[in-house]
Amino acid sequence: MTTDRREWPVYEVFVRPRNGLAHRHVGSLHAPDPEMALEWARDLYARRGEGTSIWVVPASAVTASRPEDREAFFAPFEDKVFRHPSHYHIPPDVENM
Amino acid sequence: MYTQGLDGQIGPVREAETAEEKAREAAFQAKIDAEIRIEPSDWMPEGYRRTLIRQISQHAHSEIVGMLPEGNWVTRAPTLRRKAILLAKIQDEAGHGLYLYSACETLGPTRAELVEQLLAGRAKYSSIFNYPTLTWADIGAIGWLVDGAAIMNQVPLQRCSYGPYARAMVRICKEESFHQRQGYEIMMALANGTAEQRRMAQDALDRWWWPALMMFGPPDKDSVHSAQSMKWKIKRVSNDELRQRFVDVTVPQAERLGLTIPDPHLRWNSERGHYDFGEIDWEEFHRVIAGNGPCNRERLEQRRRAHAEGAWVREAAAAYAEKRARRRAA
Ligand SMILES: [Fe+2]
Ligand SMILES: [Fe+2]
Repeated sequence: MTTDRREWPVYEVFVRPRNGLAHRHVGSLHAPDPEMALEWARDLYARRGEGTSIWVVPASAVTASRPEDREAFFAPFEDKVFRHPSHYHIPPDVENM
Repeated sequence: MYTQGLDGQIGPVREAETAEEKAREAAFQAKIDAEIRIEPSDWMPEGYRRTLIRQISQHAHSEIVGMLPEGNWVTRAPTLRRKAILLAKIQDEAGHGLYLYSACETLGPTRAELVEQLLAGRAKYSSIFNYPTLTWADIGAIGWLVDGAAIMNQVPLQRCSYGPYARAMVRICKEESFHQRQGYEIMMALANGTAEQRRMAQDALDRWWWPALMMFGPPDKDSVHSAQSMKWKIKRVSNDELRQRFVDVTVPQAERLGLTIPDPHLRWNSERGHYDFGEIDWEEFHRVIAGNGPCNRERLEQRRRAHAEGAWVREAAAAYAEKRARRRAA
């Protein structure tokens, strides 16, 4: 039995469902190069007209925040409630605001 | 479906010992209880990871092997429309396998390892695919009953605590509905056809009914690993409950076809508000799971042959990618 030990790289797949919407992550696949990744992404993730545009990105090109850093990483915004509109008290008779 | 608790064995898992480890596990369980999904890079107990790897890989293998009994009828579909439909369904199942392998890879195993486990005969897959497809009516029965049972099983998995698995399930469930409907439509055509066609439809139901019920796995009282899976919200609904739901929705569908479910004990129980049904032959179930069903050997051989005969396609794709890369560099 021949099993390929060599793994093709993983590509993350993003699909724009229709114009006006952003590309959205839908999954991933293995492919030998970006062009084939794109064709296979169409076959795998857009068999029913789910998209008008597809991006494939090598998973190795993604830089991500780390879950163990979550608190420290996102903490700077926690005490800045003044960034939210609900922080401000405007009398109810002031309209259009 | 395909998560019928084929065997929940995940080997020895080291229990949390230090106070710190225990606190980490408690925090994990608190997240699960609060319905916060677990994502690939989050910390998780080793047992949770291994249970998921096992379940998702078995599910993926089932989708892949599940293409074989149906592939058996592609060249003999009665019309061009039926042939195109069957091809599209089989292609969907390949897609399901790929979504699930991807989800499984987020937990550690590589694709090559997963494929290797299946080809080497070390992996389990759903018992249902070890039964033969003898007539065209079997293709109808598979869509109606097997995909029907799969839907029953997979719908609650859309809320599984592990994010990538739950998301794969959402995609899969969207696609399954067509599978079941095309199968029922085949059964309708046969049930409304000649006496011979009706006989074929009944024969297919007779052979697929009990194996379909087995798809939900062993009874709750014998599912040793279910309780932990429920606690981790990997599993949301018990085997017996899913099986009961399946029987309840399927009996009226069989009646509508004018077909008889091959179970003399089947009757409506107005007190319970459910159908009572006969005892499942669990010996048969365990025989098939252990590798001794009617088609186990044939399926594995076929899968290996397909993999070996497809080697040149993978090699050609790799060579083409290299050539293109060289050209880009030049
Ligand atoms: Fe499927
Ligand atoms: Fe299906």
